[in-house]
Amino acid sequence: MRFALVGQPNCGKSTLFNQVAGYRAETGNFAGTTVTFTETRLRILGDIVELVDLPGTYTLLGTNPAERVVLDYLITKPVDAIVNVIDATHLVQGLALTLELMELGRPIVLAINMMDEASRQGLKIDGEALGNLLCIPVLPMIASRGQGIRETFTETWKVAREKTVASVLPFKPEIESSIDQIKGILAMGEFPVSRRALAIKLLEGDPELTSRLGGEYKNLIDKVQEQLDTLCHQSSRQAVWLIATERQRIAHDLQNKVTTQGKAYLSIRDRLDDYLLHPFWGYVFLLLIISAFFEIVYGIGHLLEGPLLNFFNNLSALVLSQLDSTSLFSQLAAGAIQGISGGVAIVLPYLIPFLVGLGFLEDIGYLTRIAFLMDALMHRMGLHGKAIVPFILGYGCSVPAVMSTRIMEDKRDRFLSAALATMIPCAARLSIIFGLVAFYLGPWPAVGIFFYNLVIITITGRIISSFMPEDSPGLIIEMPVYRIPTLRTVTAKAWFRVREFIFEAWPVLIVGSIVLAGMNFFSITPWLDKFFRPFTWALGMPSAVGTPLIFGIFRKELSLLMLAQAFGTTDFIHVLSPEQMIVFTVFVVFYIPCLATMVTIKNELGWKNMALISSLSLLVALIAALALRLLFLVF
Amino acid sequence: MNILEIENGRWVKVLDFQDGLGIEAQLSQMGFLPGNKIRVIRSAPFKGPLLIEVEGREIVLGRGIARKILVEYL
Repeated sequence: MRFALVGQPNCGKSTLFNQVAGYRAETGNFAGTTVTFTETRLRILGDIVELVDLPGTYTLLGTNPAERVVLDYLITKPVDAIVNVIDATHLVQGLALTLELMELGRPIVLAINMMDEASRQGLKIDGEALGNLLCIPVLPMIASRGQGIRETFTETWKVAREKTVASVLPFKPEIESSIDQIKGILAMGEFPVSRRALAIKLLEGDPELTSRLGGEYKNLIDKVQEQLDTLCHQSSRQAVWLIATERQRIAHDLQNKVTTQGKAYLSIRDRLDDYLLHPFWGYVFLLLIISAFFEIVYGIGHLLEGPLLNFFNNLSALVLSQLDSTSLFSQLAAGAIQGISGGVAIVLPYLIPFLVGLGFLEDIGYLTRIAFLMDALMHRMGLHGKAIVPFILGYGCSVPAVMSTRIMEDKRDRFLSAALATMIPCAARLSIIFGLVAFYLGPWPAVGIFFYNLVIITITGRIISSFMPEDSPGLIIEMPVYRIPTLRTVTAKAWFRVREFIFEAWPVLIVGSIVLAGMNFFSITPWLDKFFRPFTWALGMPSAVGTPLIFGIFRKELSLLMLAQAFGTTDFIHVLSPEQMIVFTVFVVFYIPCLATMVTIKNELGWKNMALISSLSLLVALIAALALRLLFLVF
Repeated sequence: MNILEIENGRWVKVLDFQDGLGIEAQLSQMGFLPGNKIRVIRSAPFKGPLLIEVEGREIVLGRGIARKILVEYL
């Protein structure tokens, strides 16, 4: 048996899913899209049930990729029952989707989630009465506390077993007659969903269904057009609005019949936006919250990084001393240890707190608030407010930054924000800015580099957007109410992303380190320096800088360590002039994202975009570094 | 009159959308249906987006979109 979880964004569907699935869930992509779904197996009354968590969707209109896949999934896949989750505090909107789902003619159960939130607002919902009106099982639920979950799945199992199909609540007569006319043409066919649902989708102008069914049934397209004209003539409104208005009317009726509004208990939560979205204080709080976020993440990361690095350094020293340290094998082993330690000691200590923190901010509802506050500024780079998230994360590590571009629906927005976010100096690159520029030249040149970095990113964003104009008309997102996140949802979400790093990016890092050790063993470095000479020459660097730059592709902070090895000293002031230090640092900050980031970009956006972003960053690095060098030559 | 021209906090009724928006379906699913009551709760500084209450939900709308939604005071 297979159940599908369907609901609108912010209805608590993922909370429900994580309550039953936890860490056993599998994530996957819908073929040909970046839209992901999660899946798990449950045992209900002795049966094994596959539970699919479909992406949150307001309607089944197919106006964005997420809606499209939900609609296609429900139409084409063998789903035995639909578990529809709605938010008790937004009953009308939720029920509009429920009505749409009921049209499909599949067994369905309605779970009214967040009953605690509703009673806090003084809203009483008579689930039983609603169930009688809709003729489907309706169950109250508080998913965050695990209440009502077992009952919901037991009921779902029952309707799936008995194949109970809900009857439909009729629209107004004009629309019903149009639906009947179209159903007439489809009368002969066998469909996985009801003919009524198909007729409604055709009236709503679904392009895919129109072309698919239009090819099979002649007269169908003409008939649909004729009905659309009739409806438009009668009411001077498009059919898609008429139908949406009808669903809303029915949903309103239902709400009026089953709810009573009592006294609301408003709390501090309802006043919070007066401060957090305030035109002045909102930005102060934003700064405070982001700083606190970084303090905590860096604090935890830093605490773990030192001892872990020590451990691995001792380990590799031990390996080298036990084996013949000049042999190829021991060098390769040391390389492998370096790769492993890169993941365990350098990436994971920051990545895990970052992802947990991000999930926390997301579930509490603050990320949308950041988008609201920053939208106007981000538009200057050709992006909208949501893109601020990868930028903020970029200061920690580019890997979660690239992963977080998922919150944007538009492909172009994802590409641009990933490209720009990888140019934000991550912790590893910060260590170079601090270790080289701030240490030798003082804090102000370091601040200058941060500022220069933002200027270059803004210019790059503007240039790219002039080639790829913004095609999304602007923000339309729901502002979620503040909620206390459940630990389980936050950690499960973080685990999914950490798992991707561990199984996909990390192995590449380890293999890369082994290859690098081999290259070192066979003294290929002079060749590398020669190969890189055009770059180092153009930047006015000694040729020995070439190899450290190659190493930097594997792990950015290696650039600095290898620089010390290449020069045979850590006292850089004797081998590099202040200008050279600044140009070197600027180049390192921008050029080619590290290997782990590249693999993440490949997973998120594909090979082509990874190559594109990498070459773009190299180009930007060259231009940014050369511009500075010229500036130094002139002044 | 469009949404950008109304006072913050005052309730208005949605009349129509200007042509060429291409996201009528997306707006209607957020509750922007002709006849529905909406109000601007607050607007972000620097010509940022608007926060709009519609059918009990709060929706963030960019100015480009808000300009094309025609409304009238109740």
